[in-house]
Amino acid sequence: MPFVAIQFLCALCGLRDSEMSTKMSDSIIETQNLTRRFGRVVAVDGLSLSVRRGEIFGLLGPDGAGKTTTIRLLCGLLAPTAGSARVAGFDTVRQAEAVKRRIGYMPQQFSLYGDLTVQENLLFFADVFEVGRREREERIARLLAFSRLEPFRNRRAAQLSGGMQKKLALACTLIHHPEILFLDEPTTGVDPVSRREFWEILTELHLEGVTLFVTTPYMDEAERCSRVALMLDGRVIACDTPDRIREGVTGHLLELRPQRVREAARVLEGTPGVLEVQVYGDRLHVFVEDPQRGEEAVREALARAGIGVDSIRPTRPRMEQAFISLIRRRH
Amino acid sequence: MGRTLTVARKELLHILRDRRALVVMFLIPVVQLFLLGYAATTDIRHLRTAVLDADRTAQSRDLIAAYRASNYFDIVATVGNEEELGDLMDRGAVRAGLLVPAGFGADVAAGRQASIAVVIDGSDPNVANTVFAASQQVGLAHSLRLLERRIGTSAAAVTPLEVRPRVWYNPQMRSANFMIPGLVAMILFLLTSMFTALSIVRERERGTIEQLMVTPIRPIEMVVGKITPYVGVAFFDILEVLAIAVFWFRVPIHGSLLLLLALLALSMVTSLGIGIFVSSVANTQQEAMLLVWLTLLPSIFLSGFFFPIEAMPKALQAVSTIVPLRYMLVIIRGIILKGVGLEVLTEQVAALAVFGVGIMAVAAARFRKRLG
Repeated sequence: MPFVAIQFLCALCGLRDSEMSTKMSDSIIETQNLTRRFGRVVAVDGLSLSVRRGEIFGLLGPDGAGKTTTIRLLCGLLAPTAGSARVAGFDTVRQAEAVKRRIGYMPQQFSLYGDLTVQENLLFFADVFEVGRREREERIARLLAFSRLEPFRNRRAAQLSGGMQKKLALACTLIHHPEILFLDEPTTGVDPVSRREFWEILTELHLEGVTLFVTTPYMDEAERCSRVALMLDGRVIACDTPDRIREGVTGHLLELRPQRVREAARVLEGTPGVLEVQVYGDRLHVFVEDPQRGEEAVREALARAGIGVDSIRPTRPRMEQAFISLIRRRH
Repeated sequence: MGRTLTVARKELLHILRDRRALVVMFLIPVVQLFLLGYAATTDIRHLRTAVLDADRTAQSRDLIAAYRASNYFDIVATVGNEEELGDLMDRGAVRAGLLVPAGFGADVAAGRQASIAVVIDGSDPNVANTVFAASQQVGLAHSLRLLERRIGTSAAAVTPLEVRPRVWYNPQMRSANFMIPGLVAMILFLLTSMFTALSIVRERERGTIEQLMVTPIRPIEMVVGKITPYVGVAFFDILEVLAIAVFWFRVPIHGSLLLLLALLALSMVTSLGIGIFVSSVANTQQEAMLLVWLTLLPSIFLSGFFFPIEAMPKALQAVSTIVPLRYMLVIIRGIILKGVGLEVLTEQVAALAVFGVGIMAVAAARFRKRLG
């Protein structure tokens, strides 16, 4: 029975049978039918995931999909209504203390002490995790350098910019060398430059072997993940590498700039050979069954409706299109 | 232990960083004490009084002088008729009226029983009671004097009974001696429950509690760590308030200061427990503040702080037995005013111990549940 469950899990996450035996022993996070209800709302619905040691695992999905609840369940902040989760080999409910010593959690909103300085915040978390006195100095120095916060060590946290606050929060969660780092929308509300810098830091951590579990609403960030799970209404609707998720979308993608976008979208939705139409500002993304014939069909349909079009070019679907497509075709 | 100290140190930094909170913590008790020490007085003297003298004789002037000399009545107006008096009373310009009818002097001179009237504003029964008694006392003394004059010997020779009241503990019956020890208890209660509730709710409001929950800190370590600095602050405030009571308001401490501090520490278990309980209910600092006030206000009225418990209806007397402040007041007034020792206060100490343990247990259970 467990074997069947494992097989099912692997199938769900796109693991081939041959990979199974080796990968399974490497899995650092495992959930089985993890479920959490809030009253009538099922925030997380029968989640079965497996995250491998050392990977960057991205949990994507729109607001309200259940991403934060999932992270909170995995960190032991919430008790599941049903199902179970093992993190770093420990049960999140029965062995919560053991889990806490091995993970770092960075919540979505800034939750450090604004009236304490950068250094004081770091010292506080070092003491809380009982990092030895000598080790503490060395680690704080390293983390300050690593997060490029050294020049601000005596500044109060409230007076840091949004991006710097995120980096400080990250540094605080790293003080005890966690094996797994949970990051809940770490770059939301951060400027693009800081965002890139933040991801550079995450990549360094990845190279050091830390497992990263990241939720994000940004699809470009999803591309940086080893594997991603797409979450919708509390369920994971797809789980694979970003490449395979993109390839998994049936049809070929055309990008075009018609004159009247909304009207063009309506016309194309009824055109034979067109699978799906997505609107992006002044552009349309159209999934068609066949690239050549599809393009002709699109041109004809628009010409018949008297809508001019600048350019039509085939393009590779990005995560964003793949994701929207996956969601739409479910309904 | 180490983590508790870590949390305590962090909390101390919060306190030191917040200049405004610092001022509030050390100044508010002083302001409260001065305000309430002067305002919350039931010593009724110098009541504004109007006189309606329809007699206008040496005898009537003599009587009015006797009332004035008593210090209870300040004659601030002289009126010609009862309407004028009524008008002054309505407007609150005077709180009492002394009416001497025409023929008063003649009656006194003739040795007949003369009568006068005293009108009292009874809106505040406290005031009215005192004035009522004072008006009779002054009248009685004056009538004895008239009697002495008539029979030519001292009154002691003719009055068969003399009552000599002796007031213990507070011989001058200063209300400050009664009020200020009560204030010490109230300030302690307010500060500790308020500071505790606010400091924990602040972590929730800022979302930092979630960050703490994924660390090895246990809830008990967090709570104990957080309240420790405030216990220190509360003790400092107590000493501050007691010093003002003794050196400024001249309230003598008759009992053992050490016993007083020890029992205040015991009372603190209850008020800290209330603070923790409130913090497990409230989501914001405003809510917490409101909840603390909602527990404190009925406490003040039911504890015997202003009004004696014996005077309350039976049902309220029963309710007052579950008001911790009631026992705190007995202890603190007992030690400061009467100088009693632990052996007299066992009942109150036991009650506070039960409250402390009970409230702490409930608060801890709720607090843990709230986190989970």
